[in-house]
Order: sequence, then structure tokens, then C-alpha cells
Amino acid sequence: MDIRNERDLIGGNTPRPARIRTDYTEIIMSWFGYIFIGLFAISCLLPFLLILGTSFTSEEAVKKFGFNIWPHEFSTFAYQIVFENPKLIIGSYLVTMGITIVGTVVGLFIVAMTGYALQRPDFTYRNKISFFIYFTTLFSGGLVPFYLLITQYLDLKDSYLAVLLPGLLTPFLIIMMKSFVRSIPHAITESAKIDGAGDFTIFLRLILPMTTPALATIGLFIALGYWNEWYNAMLFLSPDMDYRPLQLFLYNVVTSADFIRNSAASSNVAMSDVPLETMKMATAVVATGPVILFYPFVQRYFIKGITVGAVKG
Amino acid sequence: MCLPAIVFFCIFAYLPMPGLYLAFVKYNYTDGIFSSPFVGWDNFKFLIITGDLWRLTFNTVAYNIAFIVLGNIAQITVAILLNEIRKKWFKKISQTLMFLPYFISAVLIGLLAYNILSYDYGLLNGILRSLHLDPVKAYSEPHLWPFIIVITYLWQTTGYGSIVYFAAIMGLDSEIVEASEIDGANAFQRIIYIVLPWLKPTFIILLLFSLGGILKGNFGLFFNLVGANNTALYASTDIIETYVFRSLMTNFNFSMGSAVSLYQSVFGFVVVITANWIVKKVSPENSLF
Repeated sequence: MDIRNERDLIGGNTPRPARIRTDYTEIIMSWFGYIFIGLFAISCLLPFLLILGTSFTSEEAVKKFGFNIWPHEFSTFAYQIVFENPKLIIGSYLVTMGITIVGTVVGLFIVAMTGYALQRPDFTYRNKISFFIYFTTLFSGGLVPFYLLITQYLDLKDSYLAVLLPGLLTPFLIIMMKSFVRSIPHAITESAKIDGAGDFTIFLRLILPMTTPALATIGLFIALGYWNEWYNAMLFLSPDMDYRPLQLFLYNVVTSADFIRNSAASSNVAMSDVPLETMKMATAVVATGPVILFYPFVQRYFIKGITVGAVKG
Repeated sequence: MCLPAIVFFCIFAYLPMPGLYLAFVKYNYTDGIFSSPFVGWDNFKFLIITGDLWRLTFNTVAYNIAFIVLGNIAQITVAILLNEIRKKWFKKISQTLMFLPYFISAVLIGLLAYNILSYDYGLLNGILRSLHLDPVKAYSEPHLWPFIIVITYLWQTTGYGSIVYFAAIMGLDSEIVEASEIDGANAFQRIIYIVLPWLKPTFIILLLFSLGGILKGNFGLFFNLVGANNTALYASTDIIETYVFRSLMTNFNFSMGSAVSLYQSVFGFVVVITANWIVKKVSPENSLF
């Protein structure tokens, strides 16, 4: 498949030139396009507005009118309680940011190294190792042995490493890196070798700088994975840890009324006054806001990733 | 330079594999994996007798088929309609909005659904009440959940998934389209006779790839939509992953969980090999191995 410029894919220029004639079917199709795409786009936004609106509504209004996009009675009480004890939410942010940054940097470095090595034609075992990595997507030990490995053999229960380590690499990202690096001619590696550079120097000084767009793309995939990670956190971190990753924190808030009451109790709010529903929404806004504000700017990298990953396999 | 990756996959992917032996023992904590009493195929027999294995397989496969078929139809539709839109700003904004659901965590997806479906405060029931209709108790009505889960899945993935098809349409040679117009083809004919056939190879490849994962469930989606302990909905929402998770975290029946995992891995492996064999026949350059 030939994609002239991946920028075209967002709000793309259609490769077709001006119409030769415009008949009524063209008009119907384009109207249908505007209506259908427009409605679907709005439906993608509405649930977020519903959370945002509810988070700014008073608990009484929610009990009376239900969740609403437009607050019946404006109130910032839920946010006040979320931030009354800022240690919890700030701690969660720091944990998630720490895991995301460390995981992305380390993971990206290993993915890039592996991807580069696996496509070098002079690397004898490349096919065998590729299969060794790919095979893990075909067959796995499943959740129970994995759980026992982490908790009993590696002894990582209640350690952030249990969240960090398993997310470092995925076969998919290594394959993606391989496809990206393939566009760099092998002659570059060879000529650097003749000049006396070692494999690692070639990788660091020549290959890495040439693959910046690929690194950005794959790095964002890894980072998004860590930012949204809750599964390993839920499996391996107990709910009474002081600082949980953001999504686990949100999960606890959403699923457990006791959890909300406990965090509200530390801010001297009477149990009966705790705004159960609106606090869920306020926490969700605080935990999700930054990603949503950030993503329109990085969107095109994800698009690049999915076209490379999906088309070239 | 592959060494870190090899070590990683050895530890996190290959090391747990011998643990599948758990499926053939009656696990207890004191004896550990390899010293617990060996029971052969008893765990599997139990799963078959209770009907669990059949229900899990049916649910997992049926949901995946719905995801694959409806997902691809929705993605192709969105890609084609995006291509019909001329206004650049409209395309840009709508694409950005359609990608939005893909960037959020499964936990938030669960909360978004709760916002709409909650019996007391949900938006859906708010609307139904204001129309003087009976509110819906979604969280205790199993027959509604196939729709809820499939719709949520489509909502979350269609915008993002449509990119592959949109990219394919962009690669369509404009001369072919022009020629068809000179021959008098209208917009519908252009889509049916040129664009759809052009997308067929992409569709087949994506279809075959996704077949490989037909026994793998989308744990995050199911778990967060349904909730951890909503037994009322199991009949229509329990998939292999949620069952294994429960056997580990709620029932502490490690052997049963491993038996289901082993079944999933072996069955899934066979499906992937078959799918790959078919890809090789259809288009050799796209086969996985």
C-alpha cells in the first residue's frame, strides 16, 4: 500500500481531483457522510461531557435529576473533597508518571535495539529469535502461572516493579520497529563498520537518530499503555497501598463506596454528606483530563503506528 | 543486542508455560505447583460436565465474531464516508473526536457506561422517565448485555480502526476513479464497483489476523463494564478471561483456571496455524510465518 504522506490521513487531502460532473448521487453521498460521521463523532464526545457535567453538579441535583451534561445545580464540592487531601491524588499522579517515564524510556530502548538487530541481514539468528518472540503471542501459560511467577517466585507483590516490568515489551511493538527500521539501507551499517564503529556505536550514533519518528510513535504506544495500565496494578498492588497508579485509584473510587467514604473521612466531611456519585466523576476528570488534552497533538503518531503495524504485519 | 528482549520473554512469557501443569493437579498452597496431587484430566472433565467450558467458548467466540464482523463493517463504512467529505476542517475535527474513546483506560470506559446505564441516575433512564416510559434495570438483565458490550466495543474502536481502511482508500489510483466517472458511474456505483473491491484484500488480511485471536477475550472491556461480581449477568457476559480471573482472585481454584487457560492456548494455537495456512494460500507475502 502506498501512502504518500501520513499527514494526509488526518483531515486528508483526497487524491481525487475536482469532479468532472456533480450528479445527485454525489450530493446524497456527501450529505450522508456529513450526517453519519457528524453524529458518530458527537456520540464519541457526549459520554465525556456527561462525566464532566456531572462532576460539576451538586449531589442533590444528581439524586433528583440523574446524570446530566448540563449541571442543574452548579457545584465544585466533589472537586473540593478530591483535592482536600491532595496527597492521595498527587501521589497517584507521581506514581503513574514515574512508571510511565521509566517504562517508556527503558522499553523504547530495548524495543529499538531488538527491532534494529532483528532486521539486520548479517544477523544469522534473526529469524529464529523473531519466531521466539512471536511465539509468545500464540501460546502462553495463562494468568494463573503468571500470577504465581510474579507473586511467589519473583516476589514482586505490592511492588511497582510488578506494574513496570511486564509492560516493557510487546511482540507487536518489536515487529512495528522492525518495519520502520527496514527503510534504513543496510549500506549505512556496513560503511560505518568499515570505518571501525562497533555495533553498539552504530546503533546509538547512527540508527537511533535516523529513527526518531519511529521512536516517537512506538514511545507513545508504550506511554499510553502505561498511563492507562490498571490490570497488573489491580492484580499485584493491594488496595491499601498509600499511592496507587492513577487508573487503579480511579478503579477503587468507581467500584467501592467505602473507599470514597474513607478518603472523604480524612477531610472531615460527615459520612452522610459524602457526594458518592459526583466524586466518582470528579476523580475520573482529574485522572483522565491531561491525556485528553494531550492527545490531539500526538494523534498522528498513533495513526502512523497503526498503518505500519496493520498493513505490513 | 537482542539479549534484553530474549531475557524478558524468557521470564515473562516462557517461564509461566510449565505452570500449565497446574491444569493436571489439584493445587494446594502447601505442596506448590509440582508436588500437588496429580489428577490427570479430571479438571477438564469437571469443566465439561458443569457446562462451563461450552458456555465460555460460546461466549468468547460469539463476541469475537460479532466484534470482527460488525467492527470491520463499521470501520469500512466510516472510512468510505470520510472519503466523501470534502470540508477539511470537518474531517479533521470529526476524526479527532472519533479517536478519543481509544485513548482512555478500560476503567473509564466502565464508568462512562455506568453514567448512561445506571438504574437510579443514568442518562438513559433519565430520558425514559421524562418520556413516562419504564426505566431499564440494565445491570440485572443479561439479555441486554450482548448489545451493550458490542455497542461499547464499536464505539471505542471504530474511529481508530477505520484508519487502516482510510489509508487504503487514499492509496486508490485517482485515474481509475476518473475513468469510471467519464464512463458515467455515479457515486454509489463508484463505491460498490471500485472502492469496495479495492478494500477487499485489506479486509481479508485483517479478518484472518483477527481470527487468530478468536479465543482471546477483551478482559478490560468485559470486566469494567460488567463489574467484578455481577453473577446475574454471567450467562451472557462470562468469557474465558473473566472466568480465569475469577478462579484466581475470587475462588482460589488455581487448577481450574489453568485448565481453562491451557484449553484456550491449545485451541487458539490451532486456530492461528489454520488462519496462517489460509493467509499463505490467499496472499503468501502477508503470512505471519
